[in-house]
Amino acid sequence: MAPKEQPPRKLSGTTDRWTDGYSGKRICHASATEGVSLAAIAGPNSQVSRQRGCKTARHIGALAHSLGTDDLSDDLTEDEIPLQVLPLDAWHRMHGARMVPFAGYEMPIQYTGDTVSHGGGIVAEHNWTRENASLFDVSHMGQLGLSSDGGLLAAAEALEALVPGLITSLKEGRMRYSMLLDENGGILDDLMVTNTGKHIALVVNGATKWDDIAHLREHLDDDITLTHYADNALLALQGPKAVDVLATLVPQAAELVFMTACFADWDGVPLWISRAGYTGEDGFEIAVPGEHAEKLATALMADDRVNPAGLGARDSLRLEAGLPLYGHDITTETDPVSADLAFALSKKRREAGGYMGHGPVMQVFDNGPAQKRVGLTLEGRMPAREGADVFAGETKVGTVTSGGFSPTLGQPIAMAYVDLAHASDGTALTCEVRGKHLPATVAPMPFVPHKYFRGS
Amino acid sequence: MPRYFTDEHEWIDVEGDSATVGITDYAQEQLGDIVFVELPSVGSMLDKGGDAAVVESVKAASDVYAPITGEVTEGNSALEDEPALVNSSPEEDGWFFRMTIADKDELEGLMDGKGYKTFVDSL
Repeated sequence: MAPKEQPPRKLSGTTDRWTDGYSGKRICHASATEGVSLAAIAGPNSQVSRQRGCKTARHIGALAHSLGTDDLSDDLTEDEIPLQVLPLDAWHRMHGARMVPFAGYEMPIQYTGDTVSHGGGIVAEHNWTRENASLFDVSHMGQLGLSSDGGLLAAAEALEALVPGLITSLKEGRMRYSMLLDENGGILDDLMVTNTGKHIALVVNGATKWDDIAHLREHLDDDITLTHYADNALLALQGPKAVDVLATLVPQAAELVFMTACFADWDGVPLWISRAGYTGEDGFEIAVPGEHAEKLATALMADDRVNPAGLGARDSLRLEAGLPLYGHDITTETDPVSADLAFALSKKRREAGGYMGHGPVMQVFDNGPAQKRVGLTLEGRMPAREGADVFAGETKVGTVTSGGFSPTLGQPIAMAYVDLAHASDGTALTCEVRGKHLPATVAPMPFVPHKYFRGS
Repeated sequence: MPRYFTDEHEWIDVEGDSATVGITDYAQEQLGDIVFVELPSVGSMLDKGGDAAVVESVKAASDVYAPITGEVTEGNSALEDEPALVNSSPEEDGWFFRMTIADKDELEGLMDGKGYKTFVDSL
């Protein structure tokens, strides 16, 4: 057995590998696309180059399955790249995690240990998150803070030069989704911006954090202080029971609503808690000093309602929630309008401008995009993966950017960029997979309704 | 009946001139939750080492290769409705397809159970 071919990259090593394919400029270790790329059993020192959209797979003398990465351009073999270890590394292994390289770290893709009450595996972790609460380690993500001697407003104003959202109006304890844009309006990263009262906090993708730091440092004035909280861990507790679980440790967490955040003291450990996530469920992301991460994870896992979940379930959950994945569904080749993220272009700033990429983005906004990111639901059980061509009749009208099998819906779902004429809900299209044209319908996203807590 | 294994993690049961093919327990465990199996059509000719089937897990697609040369005589129709059989019973109920054996000499290059176990332990 061998993986179906994916974009060019190399696999190597004797253990499970989520391969990187990202060219990090400033750093000695690789950053990966945030996308999951799982090569399950890459044989000893086997290497395989892959090509997008190929219909055949290669023997690699080993079994592997892959989750596809995008924008792959470097030819570094992973053996040249020292992987970093997460603060919770030992904790993951104790719970039977299968660790894979991802975004420059060894990270858990799924769990199989006896300590996992649902038995483990991506589907079990996925379903548990939808029904109970799952603990994800997302410490690979970048936690940054902007501050200024001129005060918070000065820091917010400085950031506004690089993102299309309103930051200066963000009240203390409130957070907002935004994007770093390049001069062409392409998306350098998507991120969460929070006014903590002490600084403007950013949570950026792990794979892009070093480039983000370089970009921010290059374009922010010297009087803006950029801090990388590299020693912090970030744990996400997601699912309908997350609030009850976390409230047993930190009662004030229950007082938060979606997209708000607060400091908390837990047994002498300082926490920064945000009611947000990447699963479509109610839940929290908790920043914690790395040396206390295991204590927090253990305390949360002591609750029967909690099981750990890995990157695999995180990807299937976010796909069902219609949330784009950087490096796949959004890249520097896509803009916020085409990506159907125009909600993040605040009206005031669309009109006033003053941010990198404003001109090109407004051209697309005013004239309409050539293609748009849409959801697709597929008939049958055969998934269409990233790179699959999308057809209207005989004509190619788009490309799948992520796709998989939805455990909640029991059918394949995908995100794709399709020509605007074929992008309205209900449009009948097909996805070409191994020479077959699978019937697909343009569907509204999220595929599975969001269950964010916006107040009672 | 003798069972052979390939280094691509397929098993093959030989009974007279016919063989049954599936993937090993080790393979299914590595693949995770299987959601779809694309089987070769009955009557198609398979070449040893060539593409035979595709297994889709939640995340990704993987190829299954033909362990020997021959003609497909039957696909496991139970996998259409219940692909998870490959996870729950990979080396019995979750078999993939049956085929003729064009050249029995091809079996000689395959591993027996003990050899496969040693191979897996070395990974």
